[in-house]
Amino acid sequence: MVLSVIALISALGVVLSKNPVTSVLCLIITFFTIAGHYIMMNAQFLAVVHIIVYAGAIMVLFLYVLMLMNLNAELEPQKRNWLKYAGAISGGALLVVLVAALRDASMPALSTQPTEIGLIKNLGQILFKQYVLPFEVSSILFLSAMVGAVVIGKKD
Amino acid sequence: MPVQYYIFLSIALFCIGVMGVLMRRNAIIIFMCIELMLNAVNLLMVSFSKMWADAGRVDAGSAQLFVFFIMVVAAAEVAVGLAIITMVYRNTHSVDINILNRLKN
Repeated sequence: MVLSVIALISALGVVLSKNPVTSVLCLIITFFTIAGHYIMMNAQFLAVVHIIVYAGAIMVLFLYVLMLMNLNAELEPQKRNWLKYAGAISGGALLVVLVAALRDASMPALSTQPTEIGLIKNLGQILFKQYVLPFEVSSILFLSAMVGAVVIGKKD
Repeated sequence: MPVQYYIFLSIALFCIGVMGVLMRRNAIIIFMCIELMLNAVNLLMVSFSKMWADAGRVDAGSAQLFVFFIMVVAAAEVAVGLAIITMVYRNTHSVDINILNRLKN
């Protein structure tokens, strides 16, 4: 419960803060709370991978780009204020519609006893038996993304 | 703790991400909101995985592997996207997405 409140507050901080560096730090807090939820749902491997990939790699990349661009002094232009309200209203409308649609759904309760399914032993069995082809395809995706990033970022 | 609790949490996080994409003009913040939406979906998928594991299904780990693949794709997407943003910044000295409408000329 506390984790969810922290997650929602820091997610709002991502959207509402003026300074981009503050947004990045709020997003890191959100990712840690989501990792806490993963641990509570017995997905230990995913929690560790989530912290390593998001908080360790992706957010460092974001912070690096932000520092490189030196955006702290620059303020966003505040014209088109109605566009901001239109975005907030449409996002809120989506929230209301989804919550109203799912409010009466009856779902089973999650039990608190631990399951073995999120351990790396079981996940590795599934990954390398059932999903070995997507695994290899994702390695090709990574290679092409790396080459693409280098080609795009090359100074010419 | 019912599954609906996690469903509503994921919906709230996803809608905050949608609002951020629609409201902000900074391209980097928009990227971060896309990450937030992906994470909301990941959280929902892990909670459904736990639900099916409680129900005794042996293949409930597939959802967690799906989350793993989403993380892989998100990492690749961020690498390419930030390279594009850096390139745009180098050419226009701004990351305001309103600048990008000059691409159509």
